[in-house]
Amino acid sequence: MADPVLELRGLSKSFGALKATDNVSLTLMPGEIHALIGPNGAGKTTLMGQISGKIAPDAGEVWLSGQNITAFSVAQRAKLGLGRSFQVSSLIPEYSAQRNVMLALQARQGHSFRFLKPVMRDSGLREAARAILARVGLDARASVESAVLSHGERRLLEIAVALALKPKCFLLDEPMAGLGAEGTARLVSFLHSLKEEAPILLVEHDMDAVFRLADRISVLVYGRIIATGSVADIRGNAEVRAVYLGEESPA
Amino acid sequence: MDSTRKEWLLNALIAVALFAVPLWALMANEPFIITLATRIAILAVAAVGLNIALGLGGMVSFGHALYLGLGGYVAGIAAHHAFNGTPIFAGIPGTNQMLIIWAIAMVLSGALAAVVGALSLRTSGIFFIMITLAFAQMGFFFTLSWPAYGGEDGLPIFVRNQFPGMNTARPWDLFLIAYGVLIFSLAVFALLRAARFGAALMAIRQNPDRAAAIGISPFGIKLVGFILSGMITGLAGAMMADLTRFVSPVMMAWTMSGELIVIIILGGVGRLFGPVVGAALLVGFEVFFGGLTEHWKLWLGLVLLGVVLFARGGLIGLIAGRTQHG
Repeated sequence: MADPVLELRGLSKSFGALKATDNVSLTLMPGEIHALIGPNGAGKTTLMGQISGKIAPDAGEVWLSGQNITAFSVAQRAKLGLGRSFQVSSLIPEYSAQRNVMLALQARQGHSFRFLKPVMRDSGLREAARAILARVGLDARASVESAVLSHGERRLLEIAVALALKPKCFLLDEPMAGLGAEGTARLVSFLHSLKEEAPILLVEHDMDAVFRLADRISVLVYGRIIATGSVADIRGNAEVRAVYLGEESPA
Repeated sequence: MDSTRKEWLLNALIAVALFAVPLWALMANEPFIITLATRIAILAVAAVGLNIALGLGGMVSFGHALYLGLGGYVAGIAAHHAFNGTPIFAGIPGTNQMLIIWAIAMVLSGALAAVVGALSLRTSGIFFIMITLAFAQMGFFFTLSWPAYGGEDGLPIFVRNQFPGMNTARPWDLFLIAYGVLIFSLAVFALLRAARFGAALMAIRQNPDRAAAIGISPFGIKLVGFILSGMITGLAGAMMADLTRFVSPVMMAWTMSGELIVIIILGGVGRLFGPVVGAALLVGFEVFFGGLTEHWKLWLGLVLLGVVLFARGGLIGLIAGRTQHG
Protein backbone atom coordinates (compact mmCIF):
# COMPACT_ATOMS: atom_id res chain seq x y z
CA MET A 1 0.00 0.00 0.00
CA ALA A 2 1.20 3.48 -0.84
CA ASP A 3 2.29 5.88 1.87
CA PRO A 4 -0.24 8.42 3.04
CA VAL A 5 0.18 11.99 1.76
CA LEU A 6 -1.13 13.46 4.98
CA GLU A 7 -1.21 11.66 8.28
CA LEU A 8 -2.42 12.68 11.73
CA ARG A 9 -1.01 10.67 14.59
CA GLY A 10 -2.77 10.88 17.93
CA LEU A 11 -3.57 14.61 17.81
CA SER A 12 -5.00 16.01 21.03
CA LYS A 13 -5.96 19.52 21.98
CA SER A 14 -7.81 20.71 25.06
CA PHE A 15 -9.21 24.10 25.93
CA GLY A 16 -9.45 23.93 29.70
CA ALA A 17 -11.56 20.92 30.54
CA LEU A 18 -12.93 20.67 27.01
CA LYS A 19 -11.25 18.05 24.85
CA ALA A 20 -11.70 19.65 21.44
CA THR A 21 -9.48 17.06 19.76
CA ASP A 22 -9.13 13.68 21.44
CA ASN A 23 -6.42 11.37 20.12
CA VAL A 24 -7.29 11.82 16.45
CA SER A 25 -5.44 9.72 13.88
CA LEU A 26 -6.28 9.63 10.22
CA THR A 27 -4.60 9.22 6.86
CA LEU A 28 -5.12 10.80 3.45
CA MET A 29 -4.04 8.41 0.70
CA PRO A 30 -2.96 9.39 -2.82
CA GLY A 31 -5.88 9.87 -5.20
CA GLU A 32 -8.62 9.80 -2.61
CA ILE A 33 -11.17 12.17 -1.22
CA HIS A 34 -11.37 11.67 2.51
CA ALA A 35 -14.32 13.46 4.00
CA LEU A 36 -14.44 14.57 7.60
CA ILE A 37 -17.96 14.95 8.92
CA GLY A 38 -19.42 15.57 12.29
CA PRO A 39 -22.18 17.54 14.00
CA ASN A 40 -21.68 21.17 15.00
CA GLY A 41 -19.23 21.47 17.87
CA ALA A 42 -17.53 18.18 17.02
CA GLY A 43 -14.18 19.94 16.78
CA LYS A 44 -13.75 20.06 13.00
CA THR A 45 -12.50 23.64 13.00
CA THR A 46 -10.01 22.97 15.78
CA LEU A 47 -8.74 19.91 13.94
CA MET A 48 -8.37 21.85 10.68
CA GLY A 49 -6.51 24.54 12.61
CA GLN A 50 -4.00 21.98 13.84
CA ILE A 51 -3.49 20.57 10.35
CA SER A 52 -3.00 23.99 8.78
CA GLY A 53 -0.71 25.11 11.60
CA LYS A 54 -2.83 27.87 13.09
CA ILE A 55 -3.30 25.92 16.33
CA ALA A 56 -0.55 23.96 18.09
CA PRO A 57 -1.68 20.53 19.34
CA ASP A 58 -1.06 19.49 22.97
CA ALA A 59 0.07 16.06 21.77
CA GLY A 60 0.41 14.12 18.56
CA GLU A 61 1.99 14.76 15.19
CA VAL A 62 1.11 15.92 11.69
CA TRP A 63 3.01 14.32 8.81
CA LEU A 64 3.03 15.55 5.22
CA SER A 65 4.48 13.14 2.65
CA GLY A 66 6.83 11.53 5.10
CA GLN A 67 7.90 14.70 6.90
CA ASN A 68 6.92 15.64 10.44
CA ILE A 69 5.50 19.16 10.11
CA THR A 70 4.03 19.47 13.61
CA ALA A 71 6.35 22.32 14.55
CA PHE A 72 6.04 24.20 11.23
CA SER A 73 4.29 27.55 10.79
CA VAL A 74 1.25 28.08 8.57
CA ALA A 75 3.41 29.62 5.84
CA GLN A 76 6.01 26.82 6.00
CA ARG A 77 3.32 24.16 5.67
CA ALA A 78 1.81 25.96 2.71
CA LYS A 79 5.22 26.04 1.05
CA LEU A 80 5.60 22.31 1.60
CA GLY A 81 2.37 21.66 -0.25
CA LEU A 82 -0.60 21.98 2.06
CA GLY A 83 -3.20 23.84 0.01
CA ARG A 84 -6.13 24.94 2.07
CA SER A 85 -9.35 26.76 1.37
CA PHE A 86 -11.23 28.57 4.07
CA GLN A 87 -14.69 27.88 5.44
CA VAL A 88 -15.57 31.56 5.14
CA SER A 89 -14.06 32.90 1.95
CA SER A 90 -10.80 34.52 2.88
CA LEU A 91 -9.27 36.31 -0.06
CA ILE A 92 -7.38 39.55 -0.61
CA PRO A 93 -10.42 41.82 -0.90
CA GLU A 94 -8.90 44.70 -2.89
CA TYR A 95 -7.18 42.39 -5.37
CA SER A 96 -8.90 41.18 -8.50
CA ALA A 97 -9.55 37.47 -8.95
CA GLN A 98 -6.52 37.31 -11.22
CA ARG A 99 -4.25 39.03 -8.69
CA ASN A 100 -5.39 36.69 -5.94
CA VAL A 101 -4.28 33.75 -8.04
CA MET A 102 -1.09 35.55 -9.13
CA LEU A 103 -0.18 36.07 -5.49
CA ALA A 104 -0.50 32.34 -4.85
CA LEU A 105 1.64 31.58 -7.91
CA GLN A 106 4.21 34.10 -6.72
CA ALA A 107 4.27 32.45 -3.31
CA ARG A 108 4.75 29.00 -4.82
CA GLN A 109 7.60 30.16 -7.07
CA GLY A 110 9.67 31.15 -4.06
CA HIS A 111 10.16 34.18 -1.91
CA SER A 112 8.51 37.57 -2.35
CA PHE A 113 11.63 39.65 -1.81
CA ARG A 114 11.71 41.04 -5.33
CA PHE A 115 11.63 44.77 -5.38
CA LEU A 116 11.95 46.02 -8.94
CA LYS A 117 9.96 44.19 -11.62
CA PRO A 118 6.28 45.15 -11.70
CA VAL A 119 4.05 42.13 -11.05
CA MET A 120 1.45 43.16 -13.60
CA ARG A 121 4.06 43.16 -16.38
CA ASP A 122 5.01 39.58 -15.51
CA SER A 123 3.20 37.92 -18.39
CA GLY A 124 4.16 34.42 -17.25
CA LEU A 125 2.43 35.00 -13.93
CA ARG A 126 -0.61 36.61 -15.56
CA GLU A 127 -1.16 33.90 -18.12
CA ALA A 128 -0.73 31.09 -15.61
CA ALA A 129 -3.31 32.80 -13.40
CA ARG A 130 -5.72 33.13 -16.32
CA ALA A 131 -5.37 29.46 -17.12
CA ILE A 132 -6.20 28.46 -13.55
CA LEU A 133 -9.20 30.80 -13.47
CA ALA A 134 -10.40 29.21 -16.69
CA ARG A 135 -10.23 25.78 -15.07
CA VAL A 136 -12.68 26.80 -12.36
CA GLY A 137 -14.77 28.81 -14.83
CA LEU A 138 -13.89 32.26 -13.54
CA ASP A 139 -11.88 33.60 -16.49
CA ALA A 140 -14.61 36.05 -17.47
CA ARG A 141 -14.40 37.59 -13.99
CA ALA A 142 -10.61 37.77 -13.80
CA SER A 143 -10.36 41.53 -13.41
CA VAL A 144 -13.15 41.89 -10.86
CA GLU A 145 -12.13 42.76 -7.29
CA SER A 146 -12.66 39.73 -5.10
CA ALA A 147 -14.68 41.80 -2.63
CA VAL A 148 -17.22 42.43 -5.41
CA LEU A 149 -17.48 38.81 -6.58
CA SER A 150 -20.61 36.87 -5.70
CA HIS A 151 -20.51 34.35 -2.88
CA GLY A 152 -20.37 31.43 -5.28
CA GLU A 153 -17.62 33.04 -7.33
CA ARG A 154 -15.58 33.62 -4.20
CA ARG A 155 -15.90 29.93 -3.31
CA LEU A 156 -14.55 29.08 -6.77
CA LEU A 157 -11.73 31.60 -6.38
CA GLU A 158 -10.80 29.89 -3.11
CA ILE A 159 -10.38 26.68 -5.08
CA ALA A 160 -8.42 28.48 -7.81
CA VAL A 161 -6.00 29.90 -5.23
CA ALA A 162 -5.51 26.43 -3.77
CA LEU A 163 -4.95 25.05 -7.29
CA ALA A 164 -2.31 27.69 -8.00
CA LEU A 165 -0.25 26.34 -5.11
CA LYS A 166 0.00 22.96 -6.87
CA PRO A 167 -0.20 21.37 -3.43
CA LYS A 168 0.58 17.82 -2.39
CA CYS A 169 -2.86 17.71 -0.82
CA PHE A 170 -5.93 19.89 -0.60
CA LEU A 171 -7.50 20.84 2.68
CA LEU A 172 -10.96 22.08 1.77
CA ASP A 173 -13.04 23.53 4.57
CA GLU A 174 -16.73 23.43 3.57
CA PRO A 175 -16.20 24.42 -0.06
CA MET A 176 -19.92 23.98 -0.83
CA ALA A 177 -21.11 26.29 1.96
CA GLY A 178 -23.91 28.47 0.64
CA LEU A 179 -23.46 27.45 -2.99
CA GLY A 180 -26.99 26.36 -3.88
CA ALA A 181 -27.91 23.22 -5.80
CA GLU A 182 -26.46 24.11 -9.18
CA GLY A 183 -23.18 25.46 -7.80
CA THR A 184 -22.79 22.42 -5.59
CA ALA A 185 -23.35 20.04 -8.51
CA ARG A 186 -20.69 21.83 -10.55
CA LEU A 187 -18.23 21.83 -7.69
CA VAL A 188 -18.84 18.15 -6.98
CA SER A 189 -17.88 17.17 -10.53
CA PHE A 190 -14.89 19.51 -10.39
CA LEU A 191 -13.60 18.07 -7.11
CA HIS A 192 -14.05 14.62 -8.55
CA SER A 193 -11.53 15.47 -11.26
CA LEU A 194 -9.30 17.36 -8.82
CA LYS A 195 -8.52 14.34 -6.67
CA GLU A 196 -6.39 12.89 -9.47
CA GLU A 197 -4.11 15.89 -9.05
CA ALA A 198 -3.80 15.66 -5.30
CA PRO A 199 -5.85 13.98 -2.61
CA ILE A 200 -8.46 16.03 -0.81
CA LEU A 201 -9.30 16.18 2.87
CA LEU A 202 -12.81 17.52 2.73
CA VAL A 203 -14.72 18.99 5.62
CA GLU A 204 -18.29 19.36 4.48
CA HIS A 205 -21.78 19.73 5.84
CA ASP A 206 -23.59 18.81 2.64
CA MET A 207 -24.24 15.10 3.16
CA ASP A 208 -25.36 14.44 -0.40
CA ALA A 209 -22.15 15.91 -1.73
CA VAL A 210 -20.07 13.93 0.75
CA PHE A 211 -21.75 10.66 -0.15
CA ARG A 212 -21.29 11.32 -3.85
CA LEU A 213 -17.65 12.38 -3.59
CA ALA A 214 -15.92 10.66 -0.72
CA ASP A 215 -13.84 7.52 -1.07
CA ARG A 216 -13.60 7.33 2.70
CA ILE A 217 -15.41 9.13 5.47
CA SER A 218 -14.33 9.79 9.04
CA VAL A 219 -16.90 10.83 11.60
CA LEU A 220 -15.82 13.21 14.33
CA VAL A 221 -17.90 13.47 17.49
CA TYR A 222 -16.83 15.38 20.60
CA GLY A 223 -13.28 15.54 19.29
CA ARG A 224 -13.00 11.78 18.71
CA ILE A 225 -13.17 9.85 15.46
CA ILE A 226 -15.88 7.29 16.10
CA ALA A 227 -15.76 5.63 12.69
CA THR A 228 -13.77 5.61 9.46
CA GLY A 229 -14.83 3.72 6.37
CA SER A 230 -16.40 3.72 2.94
CA VAL A 231 -19.67 5.46 2.22
CA ALA A 232 -21.52 2.17 2.66
CA ASP A 233 -19.74 1.47 5.97
CA ILE A 234 -20.67 4.86 7.35
CA ARG A 235 -24.26 4.67 6.12
CA GLY A 236 -24.58 1.31 7.82
CA ASN A 237 -22.83 2.21 11.07
CA ALA A 238 -25.35 2.24 13.88
CA GLU A 239 -23.36 4.52 16.14
CA VAL A 240 -22.94 7.09 13.37
CA ARG A 241 -26.64 6.98 12.59
CA ALA A 242 -27.43 7.55 16.22
CA VAL A 243 -25.18 10.52 16.89
CA TYR A 244 -25.12 12.21 13.55
CA LEU A 245 -27.15 11.10 10.62
CA GLY A 246 -30.19 10.67 12.82
CA GLU A 247 -30.26 14.40 13.41
CA GLU A 248 -29.93 15.35 9.78
CA SER A 249 -32.17 12.84 8.06
CA PRO A 250 -34.50 10.98 10.41
CA ALA A 251 -35.22 8.24 7.91
CA MET B 1 -11.23 58.17 -17.76
CA ASP B 2 -10.45 55.33 -15.38
CA SER B 3 -9.23 56.20 -11.92
CA THR B 4 -5.70 54.90 -12.46
CA ARG B 5 -5.09 57.31 -15.32
CA LYS B 6 -6.79 60.08 -13.41
CA GLU B 7 -4.43 59.52 -10.50
CA TRP B 8 -1.35 59.57 -12.74
CA LEU B 9 -2.49 62.82 -14.27
CA LEU B 10 -3.15 64.31 -10.85
CA ASN B 11 0.26 63.14 -9.64
CA ALA B 12 1.99 64.76 -12.62
CA LEU B 13 0.10 67.97 -11.93
CA ILE B 14 1.19 67.99 -8.29
CA ALA B 15 4.80 67.28 -9.23
CA VAL B 16 4.80 70.15 -11.72
CA ALA B 17 3.11 72.53 -9.28
CA LEU B 18 5.61 71.75 -6.51
CA PHE B 19 8.37 72.69 -8.97
CA ALA B 20 6.67 75.64 -10.66
CA VAL B 21 5.73 77.56 -7.52
CA PRO B 22 9.27 77.86 -6.11
CA LEU B 23 10.56 78.53 -9.65
CA TRP B 24 8.17 81.47 -9.80
CA ALA B 25 9.36 82.50 -6.34
CA LEU B 26 12.92 82.43 -7.61
CA MET B 27 12.01 84.83 -10.42
CA ALA B 28 10.01 87.01 -8.09
CA ASN B 29 12.80 86.98 -5.51
CA GLU B 30 10.69 85.39 -2.75
CA PRO B 31 13.16 83.09 -0.95
CA PHE B 32 10.67 82.43 1.84
CA ILE B 33 8.34 80.63 -0.59
CA ILE B 34 11.25 78.55 -1.91
CA THR B 35 12.10 77.50 1.63
CA LEU B 36 8.46 76.60 2.25
CA ALA B 37 8.45 74.39 -0.84
CA THR B 38 11.68 72.78 0.36
CA ARG B 39 10.07 72.06 3.71
CA ILE B 40 7.07 70.51 2.00
CA ALA B 41 9.35 68.32 -0.13
CA ILE B 42 11.37 67.10 2.88
CA LEU B 43 8.29 66.45 5.04
CA ALA B 44 6.84 64.58 2.07
CA VAL B 45 9.95 62.36 1.86
CA ALA B 46 9.54 61.54 5.57
CA ALA B 47 5.90 60.69 4.99
CA VAL B 48 6.69 58.62 1.86
CA GLY B 49 8.86 56.54 4.20
CA LEU B 50 6.02 56.11 6.68
CA ASN B 51 3.63 55.40 3.80
CA ILE B 52 5.54 52.19 3.04
CA ALA B 53 4.88 50.88 6.55
CA LEU B 54 1.45 52.42 7.08
CA GLY B 55 0.00 52.63 3.60
CA LEU B 56 1.30 49.44 2.03
CA GLY B 57 1.84 47.28 5.10
CA GLY B 58 -0.88 48.59 7.41
CA MET B 59 1.69 49.04 10.18
CA VAL B 60 0.52 52.08 12.13
CA SER B 61 3.88 53.25 13.44
CA PHE B 62 3.36 56.00 15.98
CA GLY B 63 7.12 56.38 16.36
CA HIS B 64 8.52 57.32 12.99
CA ALA B 65 9.86 60.57 14.46
CA LEU B 66 12.57 58.30 15.90
CA TYR B 67 14.09 57.81 12.43
CA LEU B 68 13.51 61.43 11.48
CA GLY B 69 15.38 62.49 14.61
CA LEU B 70 18.12 59.92 14.13
CA GLY B 71 18.74 61.20 10.60
CA GLY B 72 18.72 64.74 11.97
CA TYR B 73 21.29 63.95 14.64
CA VAL B 74 23.51 62.17 12.09
CA ALA B 75 23.58 65.38 10.04
CA GLY B 76 24.01 67.57 13.13
CA ILE B 77 26.75 65.51 14.74
CA ALA B 78 28.68 65.05 11.49
CA ALA B 79 28.52 68.80 10.79
CA HIS B 80 29.40 69.66 14.40
CA HIS B 81 32.63 67.63 14.27
CA ALA B 82 33.49 68.75 10.75
CA PHE B 83 33.10 72.38 11.90
CA ASN B 84 35.20 71.92 15.04
CA GLY B 85 37.73 69.60 13.39
CA THR B 86 37.30 67.04 16.17
CA PRO B 87 36.77 63.29 15.70
CA ILE B 88 33.33 61.81 16.43
CA PHE B 89 34.94 58.88 18.25
CA ALA B 90 37.93 56.63 17.81
CA GLY B 91 39.48 58.96 15.26
CA ILE B 92 36.49 58.99 12.90
CA PRO B 93 36.23 62.56 11.59
CA GLY B 94 33.03 64.51 11.01
CA THR B 95 31.89 65.32 7.49
CA ASN B 96 29.98 68.07 5.78
CA GLN B 97 29.10 66.03 2.69
CA MET B 98 25.36 65.45 2.41
CA LEU B 99 25.74 62.29 0.33
CA ILE B 100 27.90 60.62 3.00
CA ILE B 101 25.61 61.87 5.77
CA TRP B 102 22.53 60.55 3.96
CA ALA B 103 24.09 57.14 3.51
CA ILE B 104 24.99 56.93 7.20
CA ALA B 105 21.56 58.23 8.23
CA MET B 106 19.84 55.59 6.10
CA VAL B 107 22.02 52.73 7.31
CA LEU B 108 21.57 53.67 10.98
CA SER B 109 17.83 54.27 10.58
CA GLY B 110 17.46 50.93 8.85
CA ALA B 111 19.37 49.17 11.61
CA LEU B 112 17.29 50.86 14.30
CA ALA B 113 14.07 50.04 12.43
CA ALA B 114 15.23 46.41 12.23
CA VAL B 115 15.52 46.26 16.02
CA VAL B 116 12.26 48.13 16.68
CA GLY B 117 10.43 46.15 13.99
CA ALA B 118 11.73 42.77 15.12
CA LEU B 119 10.34 43.44 18.59
CA SER B 120 7.15 45.36 17.78
CA LEU B 121 5.93 43.33 14.78
CA ARG B 122 5.26 40.40 17.09
CA THR B 123 2.27 42.42 18.21
CA SER B 124 -0.45 44.14 16.24
CA GLY B 125 -3.15 46.75 16.62
CA ILE B 126 -2.98 49.05 19.61
CA PHE B 127 0.03 47.19 21.08
CA PHE B 128 2.07 47.81 17.94
CA ILE B 129 1.17 51.50 18.06
CA MET B 130 2.18 51.75 21.73
CA ILE B 131 5.49 49.88 21.32
CA THR B 132 6.60 52.01 18.39
CA LEU B 133 5.64 55.08 20.40
CA ALA B 134 7.61 53.79 23.40
CA PHE B 135 10.76 53.35 21.31
CA ALA B 136 10.46 56.86 19.89
CA GLN B 137 10.01 58.25 23.40
CA MET B 138 13.16 56.43 24.49
CA GLY B 139 15.01 58.19 21.68
CA PHE B 140 13.45 61.50 22.65
CA PHE B 141 14.50 61.28 26.30
CA PHE B 142 17.92 59.93 25.38
CA THR B 143 18.72 62.95 23.20
CA LEU B 144 17.15 65.23 25.81
CA SER B 145 19.65 64.05 28.40
CA TRP B 146 22.69 63.82 26.15
CA PRO B 147 24.75 66.92 27.03
CA ALA B 148 27.53 66.24 24.47
CA TYR B 149 25.23 67.36 21.65
CA GLY B 150 23.22 70.10 23.29
CA GLY B 151 20.71 68.07 25.28
CA GLU B 152 17.36 69.80 25.32
CA ASP B 153 18.84 72.94 23.74
CA GLY B 154 19.54 71.06 20.55
CA LEU B 155 22.51 71.25 18.24
CA PRO B 156 22.96 74.04 15.67
CA ILE B 157 24.51 73.42 12.26
CA PHE B 158 26.57 76.58 11.70
CA VAL B 159 27.38 75.93 8.04
CA ARG B 160 24.94 73.93 5.97
CA ASN B 161 26.38 70.64 4.68
CA GLN B 162 27.59 70.46 1.09
CA PHE B 163 26.31 68.76 -2.03
CA PRO B 164 28.58 68.29 -5.08
CA GLY B 165 27.96 70.97 -7.72
CA MET B 166 25.45 72.88 -5.59
CA ASN B 167 25.62 75.92 -3.36
CA THR B 168 23.48 74.70 -0.49
CA ALA B 169 23.45 78.15 1.09
CA ARG B 170 21.13 79.27 -1.72
CA PRO B 171 17.48 78.37 -1.13
CA TRP B 172 16.90 77.39 -4.77
CA ASP B 173 19.81 74.93 -4.79
CA LEU B 174 18.61 73.36 -1.58
CA PHE B 175 15.12 73.09 -3.03
CA LEU B 176 16.43 71.30 -6.10
CA ILE B 177 18.23 68.78 -3.90
CA ALA B 178 15.11 68.19 -1.78
CA TYR B 179 12.92 67.91 -4.88
CA GLY B 180 15.31 65.42 -6.42
CA VAL B 181 15.28 63.28 -3.27
CA LEU B 182 11.49 63.47 -3.17
CA ILE B 183 11.20 62.20 -6.76
CA PHE B 184 13.71 59.47 -5.90
CA SER B 185 11.76 58.36 -2.84
CA LEU B 186 8.48 58.40 -4.79
CA ALA B 187 10.10 56.23 -7.47
CA VAL B 188 11.24 53.78 -4.79
CA PHE B 189 7.72 53.67 -3.36
CA ALA B 190 6.14 53.12 -6.78
CA LEU B 191 8.60 50.34 -7.63
CA LEU B 192 8.10 48.57 -4.31
CA ARG B 193 4.34 48.79 -4.62
CA ALA B 194 4.26 47.33 -8.11
CA ALA B 195 6.79 44.55 -7.45
CA ARG B 196 6.22 41.12 -5.92
CA PHE B 197 7.32 42.53 -2.59
CA GLY B 198 4.55 45.15 -2.68
CA ALA B 199 1.99 42.58 -3.78
CA ALA B 200 2.88 40.47 -0.75
CA LEU B 201 3.02 43.42 1.65
CA MET B 202 -0.37 44.80 0.58
CA ALA B 203 -1.90 41.33 0.70
CA ILE B 204 -0.65 40.89 4.27
CA ARG B 205 -2.25 44.21 5.25
CA GLN B 206 -5.59 43.03 3.90
CA ASN B 207 -5.55 39.42 5.04
CA PRO B 208 -2.52 38.06 6.91
CA ASP B 209 -4.13 34.64 7.43
CA ARG B 210 -4.63 34.18 3.71
CA ALA B 211 -1.08 35.29 2.98
CA ALA B 212 0.27 32.71 5.42
CA ALA B 213 -2.01 30.01 4.03
CA ILE B 214 -0.46 30.40 0.59
CA GLY B 215 3.05 30.35 2.02
CA ILE B 216 3.89 34.04 2.45
CA SER B 217 5.21 34.53 5.96
CA PRO B 218 3.84 37.88 7.18
CA PHE B 219 6.60 38.63 9.69
CA GLY B 220 9.56 38.69 7.29
CA ILE B 221 7.81 40.73 4.62
CA LYS B 222 6.53 43.27 7.15
CA LEU B 223 9.93 43.57 8.80
CA VAL B 224 11.66 44.38 5.51
CA GLY B 225 8.90 46.90 4.73
CA PHE B 226 9.38 48.49 8.13
CA ILE B 227 13.15 48.75 7.64
CA LEU B 228 12.82 50.37 4.20
CA SER B 229 10.24 52.71 5.69
CA GLY B 230 12.58 53.78 8.50
CA MET B 231 15.48 54.32 6.09
CA ILE B 232 13.58 56.79 3.92
CA THR B 233 12.24 58.69 6.92
CA GLY B 234 15.81 58.80 8.30
CA LEU B 235 17.01 60.30 5.03
CA ALA B 236 14.35 62.99 5.35
CA GLY B 237 15.54 63.68 8.88
CA ALA B 238 19.09 64.41 7.72
CA MET B 239 17.72 66.83 5.11
CA MET B 240 15.36 68.44 7.59
CA ALA B 241 18.25 69.21 9.95
CA ASP B 242 20.13 70.83 7.08
CA LEU B 243 17.13 72.91 6.07
CA THR B 244 16.61 74.36 9.55
CA ARG B 245 20.34 74.15 10.34
CA PHE B 246 19.31 72.87 13.73
CA VAL B 247 18.48 69.55 15.32
CA SER B 248 16.87 69.02 18.72
CA PRO B 249 14.97 66.34 20.61
CA VAL B 250 11.73 67.91 19.34
CA MET B 251 12.37 66.12 16.04
CA MET B 252 11.80 62.85 17.94
CA ALA B 253 8.77 64.05 19.89
CA TRP B 254 5.57 62.05 19.61
CA THR B 255 3.82 65.07 18.09
CA MET B 256 6.19 64.75 15.14
CA SER B 257 5.22 61.08 14.70
CA GLY B 258 1.60 62.19 14.80
CA GLU B 259 2.21 64.89 12.22
CA LEU B 260 3.59 62.31 9.78
CA ILE B 261 0.46 60.18 10.24
CA VAL B 262 -1.75 63.26 9.76
CA ILE B 263 0.08 64.07 6.52
CA ILE B 264 -0.61 60.60 5.16
CA ILE B 265 -4.26 60.58 6.17
CA LEU B 266 -4.83 64.04 4.67
CA GLY B 267 -3.20 63.09 1.38
CA GLY B 268 -4.42 59.51 1.10
CA VAL B 269 -3.15 56.37 2.86
CA GLY B 270 -1.11 54.17 0.53
CA ARG B 271 -1.42 56.61 -2.38
CA LEU B 272 1.80 57.48 -4.19
CA PHE B 273 1.39 61.26 -3.95
CA GLY B 274 -0.62 61.23 -0.72
CA PRO B 275 2.41 62.33 1.34
CA VAL B 276 3.13 65.23 -1.04
CA VAL B 277 -0.42 66.56 -0.90
CA GLY B 278 -0.60 66.00 2.85
CA ALA B 279 2.69 67.79 3.50
CA ALA B 280 1.63 70.71 1.31
CA LEU B 281 -1.69 70.95 3.15
CA LEU B 282 -0.04 70.82 6.57
CA VAL B 283 2.61 73.43 5.76
CA GLY B 284 0.09 75.55 3.90
CA PHE B 285 -2.27 75.50 6.86
CA GLU B 286 0.51 76.37 9.27
CA VAL B 287 1.64 79.35 7.18
CA PHE B 288 -1.66 80.83 6.06
CA PHE B 289 -3.93 80.07 9.00
CA GLY B 290 -1.02 80.34 11.46
CA GLY B 291 -0.70 83.96 10.34
CA LEU B 292 -4.36 84.62 11.07
CA THR B 293 -4.83 82.80 14.33
CA GLU B 294 -2.80 81.00 16.96
CA HIS B 295 -5.38 78.25 16.88
CA TRP B 296 -4.70 77.04 13.35
CA LYS B 297 -4.37 73.51 14.58
CA LEU B 298 -8.03 73.58 15.54
CA TRP B 299 -8.94 74.21 11.90
CA LEU B 300 -6.50 71.56 10.75
CA GLY B 301 -8.20 69.18 13.17
CA LEU B 302 -11.57 69.96 11.60
CA VAL B 303 -10.18 69.29 8.12
CA LEU B 304 -8.71 66.01 9.36
CA LEU B 305 -12.08 65.09 10.84
CA GLY B 306 -13.75 65.86 7.52
CA VAL B 307 -11.26 63.73 5.61
CA VAL B 308 -11.64 60.77 7.98
CA LEU B 309 -15.44 60.98 7.88
CA PHE B 310 -16.07 61.80 4.23
CA ALA B 311 -12.92 61.11 2.21
CA ARG B 312 -11.20 57.99 3.49
CA GLY B 313 -8.84 58.00 0.51
CA GLY B 314 -7.60 61.46 1.49
CA LEU B 315 -7.44 64.30 -0.99
CA ILE B 316 -5.99 62.05 -3.69
CA GLY B 317 -8.81 59.57 -3.18
CA LEU B 318 -11.38 62.39 -3.26
CA ILE B 319 -10.18 63.54 -6.68
CA ALA B 320 -8.93 60.34 -8.32
CA GLY B 321 -11.28 57.78 -6.77
CA ARG B 322 -10.39 54.44 -5.25
CA THR B 323 -7.14 52.59 -5.79
CA GLN B 324 -7.26 49.89 -8.43
CA HIS B 325 -4.85 47.05 -8.07
CA GLY B 326 -5.65 45.49 -11.43
